[in-house]
Amino acid sequence: MSVAVLAFYLFAVSLLAGGLFTVISRNPVHSVLWLILTFLSAAGLFVLLGAEFVAMLLIIVYVGAVAVLFLFVVMMLDVDFAELKAEMARYMPLALLIGLILLMQFALAYGSWIEADSAQSARQAVTPEGVENTAAIGLLIYEKYFLLFQLAGLILLVAMIGAIVLTVRHRSDVKRQNVLAQMWRDPAKAMELKDVKPGQGL
Amino acid sequence: MQADLSVILPEIILSIYAMIALIGAVYTSKDKAAGLLVWVTAVIFGILGLWIMANGSSDRVTAFGGMFIDDGFARFAKVVILFSAAAVLVMGQEYMARRGILKFEYPILVALAAVGMMMMVSAGDLMAVYMGVELQSLALYVVASMRRDSVKSTEAGLKYFVLGALSSGLLLYGASLIYGFAGTTLFSGIIAAAEGGHAPIGLLFGLVFMISGLAFKVSAVPFHMWTPDVYEGAPTPVTAFFATAPKVAAMALFARVMHDAFGGVTGDWQQVVALLAVLSMFLGAVAAIGQSNIKRLMAYSSISHMGFALMGLASGTALGVQAMLIYMAIYVTMNIGVFAFILTMERDGAPVVDIAALNLYSKVQPGRAFAVLILMFSLAGVPPLLGFFGKLYVLRAAYDGGLAWLAVAGVIASVIGAFYYLRIVYYMYFGSEGAGLETGRSPVLWTLLMASAAIMVIGIINLFGVEAAAQAAAMTLVK
Repeated sequence: MSVAVLAFYLFAVSLLAGGLFTVISRNPVHSVLWLILTFLSAAGLFVLLGAEFVAMLLIIVYVGAVAVLFLFVVMMLDVDFAELKAEMARYMPLALLIGLILLMQFALAYGSWIEADSAQSARQAVTPEGVENTAAIGLLIYEKYFLLFQLAGLILLVAMIGAIVLTVRHRSDVKRQNVLAQMWRDPAKAMELKDVKPGQGL
Repeated sequence: MQADLSVILPEIILSIYAMIALIGAVYTSKDKAAGLLVWVTAVIFGILGLWIMANGSSDRVTAFGGMFIDDGFARFAKVVILFSAAAVLVMGQEYMARRGILKFEYPILVALAAVGMMMMVSAGDLMAVYMGVELQSLALYVVASMRRDSVKSTEAGLKYFVLGALSSGLLLYGASLIYGFAGTTLFSGIIAAAEGGHAPIGLLFGLVFMISGLAFKVSAVPFHMWTPDVYEGAPTPVTAFFATAPKVAAMALFARVMHDAFGGVTGDWQQVVALLAVLSMFLGAVAAIGQSNIKRLMAYSSISHMGFALMGLASGTALGVQAMLIYMAIYVTMNIGVFAFILTMERDGAPVVDIAALNLYSKVQPGRAFAVLILMFSLAGVPPLLGFFGKLYVLRAAYDGGLAWLAVAGVIASVIGAFYYLRIVYYMYFGSEGAGLETGRSPVLWTLLMASAAIMVIGIINLFGVEAAAQAAAMTLVK
């Protein structure tokens, strides 16, 4: 068994274990930590595939930002996860049944899996000859899949508008700074000068 | 790139408009500009619709390596989508403004949803399909929960979002299986790989998952559960929007995927679509009988109508696609009229959705009551109104496609469905004395209601040329 194969099995097993424990952990914080393990293992698999850029991106974006955000959300929201779990347990037999049926169907589908004759040739190599994988991704995103990339941008714009529409409340009692108004304010209106004689007081 | 960009020019214009409008409104008068923005957006929809209609060259142009297809079919669907979206926007403006839920983001989100819908009907690649669907759905989730201080509206948005995410998952899983088989996500590649009249089991699984995801978007049984709750909970103008343009887009996308990518294995998807059609028709017809909320009733009505449109698709022929397009165009026109009426229903300034409120409405407003009567008869498919011809086309397509049993089922379902449409008419003309109903004086809503009813009557002469246009459109899709 070569090192690469060993590494593959290692990452694959830790990925599956991480995914499983993400779902079944009792403590939501533990779930997020298991999720981070899952992301790291997936990044390892990407490295084995020769896609270092995607692997690093996965670590920086998902582990660095998304997972930490999840952690914050989980800690800040006051959700009674134990109660949710109990609710879920009620439907467990049905869920298991459906899962089992789906699993059997997939076994059926994958057991006799064939692909079209043209599939191998239609599938493109991850990195074309002589192009580094970072450059290859750039070519795909900005050349071949330009349209989809722009659409993804529009989708994110919609998500942003949606988040603002649904959550922002304009409060009227907030005092905001208005630099110009403050600068142009007439001193004569704002303050009054009193000439106080010594020893008399106001 | 230059040539590619000129093909998607309408989409580019619409998205740039949405961005400019967004920035403009944010930096100036915010929600005070909302009313104006609604009208401007509607006018832009109208202009783009006319432009696409006028540019109707019959050839099929592809852009971005086949990911975007501009053909007669896409243009027909886009015109229907843009016109109906414009009508619905204008319709809801006053209603929303009076209840303080007209935000300037509403027309902008609708414009972005329209971009998504235009992408959907022009998609030539599974990834483009997904992008279009998400762009459209995400905007719809937001507008469904626009009235954020209402529990029902929020619930509608959330329910729609969670189930929509599930359906996107199904769609993507199907797409990945299809990619695994064909080695490409381009429709042109898939149809070349899946030839010979019969799909291997792996591809079949992908196809079924894909159909499930699409069936959710058109709200076909058994993926319809979200529809009544979302229709009821969303603000009425938004419900009107849900019932029109997105339905056309989803149905056109359905036909696009089935014929452009799986045209070689028609027999494999035909039976699935036929099953969806027959279940939708019956469940829609039976479940609507017990409804007293007119928005829920329209939801079940839409499920039933989607069943009829799917019947056209199930026939797997060019005639079937033509029938489906005609059916959708007629359905959208009827729905605009009905919702224009529902939007006017109120009592003491509060909206009323109980159909019992229609009791003896004909005594108060004979003109409007008559228009609603025509629309209800048309929805039920009573000859000689336009709705009957829509049903006739799909029934004929199904019969010619060798699905006589489906056509018979369609006739039975349409008879069952007629009951609840006629019940509304009964309430209006022969009901008992009730609390009464005020229907505002909005000229826009009155015009749309009357125009829609008039189209149902006048249209039977030549369907305003839609028949020929739909035929040409169907010919570009089904070779």
